[in-house]
Amino acid sequence: MPTQLVERQRPGSPLRGLGGRGRGPSGGGAAPGREPAPVGTGLLGVAAFLAAVTMLFLAFTSAYLVRRQETGWVEFAAPWVLWLNTAVLLSSSVTLDWARRRIRSGDVAGLRRGVEATATLGLLFVLGQVVAWRQLAAQGLFLTTNPHSSFFYVLTAVHGVHLLGGIAALALVLVGTWSGRYTAQNHAGITNCATYWHFMALLWVYLFVLLFWV
Amino acid sequence: MEHPGQVKDERWAGRWMSALMMFILVAGVLSFVWSARSYWLLPLASAQGVVLDQLFYVILILTAIPFVIVHLFLGISLWRFPAKGGERAAHWHEHLGAELTWTIVPTIAFIILGVFGEVVWAKIYSAPPANAEQVDVIGRQFEWQFRYPGPDGKFGRTDPKFVTASNPFGMDPSDPENKQNVITVNDLHLILNRPVAVRVTSIDVIHSFSLPNFRVKQDAMPGRTVEVWFTPDKAGNYQIVCAQLCGVGHYTMRGNVIVESQSTFDQWLQSQEK
Amino acid sequence: MDAVAVHQPEAAHEAHPKESFIRHYIFSLDHKMIGKQYFLTTMFMALVGGAMAMLMRAHLGWPDNGVLNPEQYLQTVTMHGTIMIFFFLTVMLTGGLGNLLIPLMIGARDMAFPFLNMVSYWTFVPGVLTILASFFVPGGPAGNGWTSYAPLSGVPAAEGGAGLGQTLWIIAILFVVVSSLFGSLNFLTTILNMRTRGMSMGRLPLTIWGAFVTAVLALLTFPVLMAALGLLLLDRVAGTSFFEPSNLIIGGGAVAHQGGDPLLWQHLFWFFGHPEVYILILTPMGVVSDIISAFSRKPIFGYKAMVLSISAIGFLSFLVWGHHMFVSGMHPLLGAAFMGSTIIIAVPSAIKTFNWCTTLWHGRIHFTTALLFAIGFVSVFVTGGLSGIFLAIAPVDIYLHDTYFIIAHFHFVMASASLFAILAATYYWYPKFFGRMMNETLGKIHFALTFIGIYGTFYPMHFIGIHSNDRRLYENTAYPFLANTGPVDVFISLSAFLLGFAQLFFIFNFFWSLKHGPAAGPNPWRANGLEWTTTTPPPHGNWEGELPTVYRWPYDYSVPGAKDDYVPQTVQAVPVAASAGGGEA
Repeated sequence: MPTQLVERQRPGSPLRGLGGRGRGPSGGGAAPGREPAPVGTGLLGVAAFLAAVTMLFLAFTSAYLVRRQETGWVEFAAPWVLWLNTAVLLSSSVTLDWARRRIRSGDVAGLRRGVEATATLGLLFVLGQVVAWRQLAAQGLFLTTNPHSSFFYVLTAVHGVHLLGGIAALALVLVGTWSGRYTAQNHAGITNCATYWHFMALLWVYLFVLLFWV
Repeated sequence: MEHPGQVKDERWAGRWMSALMMFILVAGVLSFVWSARSYWLLPLASAQGVVLDQLFYVILILTAIPFVIVHLFLGISLWRFPAKGGERAAHWHEHLGAELTWTIVPTIAFIILGVFGEVVWAKIYSAPPANAEQVDVIGRQFEWQFRYPGPDGKFGRTDPKFVTASNPFGMDPSDPENKQNVITVNDLHLILNRPVAVRVTSIDVIHSFSLPNFRVKQDAMPGRTVEVWFTPDKAGNYQIVCAQLCGVGHYTMRGNVIVESQSTFDQWLQSQEK
Repeated sequence: MDAVAVHQPEAAHEAHPKESFIRHYIFSLDHKMIGKQYFLTTMFMALVGGAMAMLMRAHLGWPDNGVLNPEQYLQTVTMHGTIMIFFFLTVMLTGGLGNLLIPLMIGARDMAFPFLNMVSYWTFVPGVLTILASFFVPGGPAGNGWTSYAPLSGVPAAEGGAGLGQTLWIIAILFVVVSSLFGSLNFLTTILNMRTRGMSMGRLPLTIWGAFVTAVLALLTFPVLMAALGLLLLDRVAGTSFFEPSNLIIGGGAVAHQGGDPLLWQHLFWFFGHPEVYILILTPMGVVSDIISAFSRKPIFGYKAMVLSISAIGFLSFLVWGHHMFVSGMHPLLGAAFMGSTIIIAVPSAIKTFNWCTTLWHGRIHFTTALLFAIGFVSVFVTGGLSGIFLAIAPVDIYLHDTYFIIAHFHFVMASASLFAILAATYYWYPKFFGRMMNETLGKIHFALTFIGIYGTFYPMHFIGIHSNDRRLYENTAYPFLANTGPVDVFISLSAFLLGFAQLFFIFNFFWSLKHGPAAGPNPWRANGLEWTTTTPPPHGNWEGELPTVYRWPYDYSVPGAKDDYVPQTVQAVPVAASAGGGEA
């Protein structure tokens, strides 16, 4: 007589991968009735998405580097607010990672505070980018002014859109904290969010360097 | 396989499919033979085209072989192995020797072909000889323009800032040399047995400067000038085809190539000078 | 209805509440329903793309009849290619077949992210609506080829009438790209993480291996297309100059762009474009392997080599894109490098072809319609692959580039081969999803007419291509050496009409059999895959009760001494034949 295997999947929930199921911090492990999955499903999904995002920015990078070699390339200096924005975004990574470590010890309140801080800092970053755009416009640098400005607007816009997606995910996490979804054993969703967020922060640093310092 | 309508004896179906494969084999080969009489490589008129055509024929033979073999194999298998009674199929499914053979043999064939291809490619893009005739080519919607140096063999100065619709070459009006350059529309004059180096560009969209009789094709790219050279070795009139979709008039963008003796060319050039 | 509870075997049959119509049919989260949505939508788009082809051939066979004017012709050509590649083949193979088959063949209840799956389909739909809308806007749809080279596509003044149409083209494809990215992410994660117990990667059917590598390719290359499309859109509507160089004179006047590079568009486009064609062939290769094996009652020959070949093709496909650009003006050294890589990629395809052939040898072949199309696949794939060798050798490509030889090549490997695999898959898995058998007689007529029609339409294109008949030409009248192509053009057009006509048999068969086909049991083909171990059609959650456990690979056909000539993956110990010394059917 085969043993009764009971498993629950929640196909309707957008947070499926974020919930974890009593496995490791990333959600990996062996589920009953399945082949072992060393990397949690949610994290794998995030990793796959980040691979695609990487390719997107690699394509933009190659376009940028090719264009830079053409004649008539002029560069403008980085608006000072970008330094501030970078600091804000890196801090938001710190707060999110702090939140992740808090929930590892079961501190839901700490998790919530950390996530709220991260989301706030993330929004501040996006606002700061808009300020940077306004500063550039004040100098007469618009989307079509020169190739350097074109790439600046495109890259910051695309990065910003992806970051806003990350903020939306953080909002969903916040909703989850109110319903007690995350525990010391089950917080794959936080790990997944943090992975995505840190990547976005590193991506910004990369873009900053590419646009102004390489 | 017990679903409704299924016949257990598949020999009839096997024979029909086998015949179909054999038909493709025979028709596929014979149609090439038939085609070669009316629809084939255009008459060759350049020196470097010779080795390109040879390469084409080598590939033709090399590809005909697997085309025949695979269809023959399919034809035989489908004839010999339809389900017909209670017998079982074989169960074997690995054979390292076979696998290695049909990996290594095609690889070697491809490598040999590739080496030939690389050698020929390098020659095509080698530097033109010193005595090459020089012609500048511009593709534009929907015509070709050519610029020849004057009798002194020199081109006048050009600069992108002078480019306009009526001056696509961007000739500097202050350079008197430019007055001796000859511009034609759609007529490319080449000298028999003398190499010609053409510098190809465009002033609007991508066109493609294609001289099929000379086995020459080079995209005319705006913002970029690319040089190709070749040696016409048969006198006569040929066509230039635009080989890259360039807008609604793409199908009209034909030019003419006239290959003539040096003296005829000189006379023509003289007559163009004003 | 969100929860898919596992039913204890003795529980009531339908333990969950009935879904509303909207939930069940429109915004379904069930991969089977989503797969059917994709299937029907892409089938419809195939008909639209096919109608474009019929129009093209009606014009090309009889150019004096005035069916199309030059601009309409280019628009028809463009929309034919665009719709067939993006809106039919790509999405049918991934969203359609991928969704229908992956969870069932690996033993999962559904995709890893069912909500994302639903979002993927509903992101595809706006793309469909946008591209269809582009037919009706002023100026009509895009007419710059499916490859949409800049500056022609970047500067509205260059194109004649199509202004908004080209912009909508970009937007429509952006929708498809996003939809496909979400889909690939889902397929990849599902295949890696949701396989049932015992289903190691080495026991996966080749259909799934194909779908897996396809998902990797799509994930990594669609973003590059997205970047290219985004930059092109900005060039068109915002006045940036990513792809337009300085000093352009268009329509008699100077154009404001400066400093961009048209070659950049080609590099970005083909970096995506080449893996794209492998996206269109890898899953078909897997499907053909599974179908040939099942209907030869014989294991696929060289499973490991097949897996390695699929993976090698996937990897190498990133390295060959420049072979679309040999005459583009890029540095000749690059051309030399791409020639080398392109030659190498032919080897794994050759290996696969020989393995399919060897599978048939000493098989016990059942000539179902699915098998006919699978064998047809081998024939057209070989023909198309061989013509590719001419094009891989760059010096020879100089002559053949942008001629009908190229059209012949890709219509054999891409249009015909992928199409045949899709049709084979439809005939093969139709009983599982719709609970009925399709009519075999109609299927065989469909196959015969389609096979003849394909060869009749595309094989002669090799000849006129060798004769230097360029592609995308409205008429041949400008070139005296093309004066004699008329009869061939007529032959091609008539074959194309036959090909179009043949599809009516399929369409009729498909819809008629839904109601009138004989009822199908769970495993009408006596095949080994996991999908055949569940009921027909599969229930919500794919298996009543527990998920199956897998004990073997899917190719145990004609095992010596076994009672049956097939042993499904879920069978632990092979039941032996009654008489010792075995071998009774």
